[in-house]
Amino acid sequence: MYRYDEFDHSFVSQRVAQFRDQVERRLAGELSEDEFKPLRLMNGLYLQLHAYMLRVAIPYGSFNGNQMRKLAHIARTYDKGYGHFTTRQNIQYNWPVLQDVPAILDDLASVEMHAIQTSGNCIRNTTSDQYAGAAADEIEDPRVYCEIIRQWSSLHPEFTFLPRKFKVAVTGATYDRAAIQVHDIGLALKQNEAGEVGFEVYVGGGQGRTPMIAKLIRDFLPKEHLLSYLEAILRVYNQYGRRDNKYKARIKILVHETGIDEIRERVEEEWNRIKDSALKLPQDEIDRINTYFAPPSYEELEDHSVKLEAMKFEHKAFNYWVKANVADHKQPGYAIANISLKPVGEAPGDITAEQMDIVADLAEKYSLGEIRATHEQNLTLVHVKKDDLFDLWQELEAAGLGTANLGMISDMIACPGLDYCALANARAIPVAQNISNRFADLERQHNIGELKLKISGCINACGHHHVGHIGILGVDRKGLENYQITLGGSADNNAAVGKIIGPGFGYDDVVDAVENIVNTYVDIRESEEETFLQTYNRVGLEPFKERLYAA
Amino acid sequence: MVLQIMTANRLLDGEVVYLTDSGDWSEHYAKARVVEDKDQAEEVQAIAKQAELDHKTVGAYLAKVDRNEDGSIRLISMKESIRAAGPTTRRDLGKQAKNV
Repeated sequence: MYRYDEFDHSFVSQRVAQFRDQVERRLAGELSEDEFKPLRLMNGLYLQLHAYMLRVAIPYGSFNGNQMRKLAHIARTYDKGYGHFTTRQNIQYNWPVLQDVPAILDDLASVEMHAIQTSGNCIRNTTSDQYAGAAADEIEDPRVYCEIIRQWSSLHPEFTFLPRKFKVAVTGATYDRAAIQVHDIGLALKQNEAGEVGFEVYVGGGQGRTPMIAKLIRDFLPKEHLLSYLEAILRVYNQYGRRDNKYKARIKILVHETGIDEIRERVEEEWNRIKDSALKLPQDEIDRINTYFAPPSYEELEDHSVKLEAMKFEHKAFNYWVKANVADHKQPGYAIANISLKPVGEAPGDITAEQMDIVADLAEKYSLGEIRATHEQNLTLVHVKKDDLFDLWQELEAAGLGTANLGMISDMIACPGLDYCALANARAIPVAQNISNRFADLERQHNIGELKLKISGCINACGHHHVGHIGILGVDRKGLENYQITLGGSADNNAAVGKIIGPGFGYDDVVDAVENIVNTYVDIRESEEETFLQTYNRVGLEPFKERLYAA
Repeated sequence: MVLQIMTANRLLDGEVVYLTDSGDWSEHYAKARVVEDKDQAEEVQAIAKQAELDHKTVGAYLAKVDRNEDGSIRLISMKESIRAAGPTTRRDLGKQAKNV
């Protein structure tokens, strides 16, 4: 696990004390909003439509039962009894009162958590594969490098006022579950021909109003040079990134306008200057941090579980859950179990305080204490014995957390949209709920198969619509909510930005439109094994478009 | 003639509030002062600015409204309707919950 050292402890305590003082001065009128706003944003506190919103960092999405219980306590004590997991592996509270925020931050600090690097034009909380340390297809645990990046980037004096926010994602597996190609920097651990492990480095990806797939800037970066190379990229960005126009300030625009070859040249030039400096990572430091993430004490088990197979055979609903929500673990006899936060008709990513407590208990009972938050707004119990899966599922079911829809059409990403967000132009959550209700029949969903649908309530694309197999973007058209549909986006190794299918749909018609597209797919797929995305990639927009606008 | 009301978020808890005829801030848009011309708009903008300086509110702006036949205020945009009520997906939260 991520381990807070003495440095973190004193730094976070100091920060809470400072913020308590800043809040008091704000409420006493000694600080104006202009003065206070950057201070509150540095502590993850936003002002939304109805109230303040506090975004709490979960470094690389990895946390434990105690921390989850504290998150539940905060939801109950200071908020409205629930929290919302975000696409950045963080959790948001939608209703805190300003004067309570220092107490919330104190509570967080007591379990080694905080809200730093969740806002502002800094290097944000680094995200990763939710299966890190457990995935069967993993080369190395990416959290070691996320943690090194965290230590380097927290309060990095040179990069506190970047042209814009900056997001780094790291994967250690061969299949990209961390959407690294839509991040400012994406890092993929890989093995070269000599058998050494290093990084493939991508730069300039992102979503928002100008979606870009990241470009490969370096095919192989030895691990010891991770920080010097990142620093070189950040320096080039900090120097040349645009500060005159907020909408052109992300590194993706710099990379796009300058060209990846020239950016590479500048980065390499800077890197050559600093690569043998203090930023060079000594192996013993990597080893030291590696011990933070030492594998838990697994039991020696047979990989095959008779109990699992028997229960799958006996319980159809359990069989569906295993099929959709359970993934392969690297350790024999263990599995990775996903908890869907998309029950039928509910708001994606929302979880009640009671459910948080239950997840905390289940993590300790069945997952060696470990919980992960995923960028797709779900939770993962990473180390579950196959023999325990049935018992776990029963307890999840009883708590409303056993929905067997991972990767299916109702497992949507949706941003908070106009129901909460001050930037949104259209609602996203109720659209997600309506789609979820329309496709509530699990058998139908499993027949449709993998289909990632993602909804944003404005062009900032927090709901990742650009990379949805089906993407929905809510806009304001003459005062009315209107929804543009895109097809063919993807956030995995074959990352792609979806294409707009045609004119948008009103709030009342968008679910029918989605169903029409899904029905077209089911009718034209070559076999049940051909996924929605494969069908789209084979036939393109036309057949979908023809049917959708035929009436 | 465009009708407008002055709205903001209360500093302490972020609650949506509206400037009333008496110069107070109400949680209910029905009590908002309706601004009918440029002079009145400038006047309420000055009041709103002072309220920010007095650390009562943040983020004040003028929102367009209409009048119903009975003279009551009608909000025009979906955003203002949601601000005035709470999330459409959670009727148990926001102002709409308090009115029950």
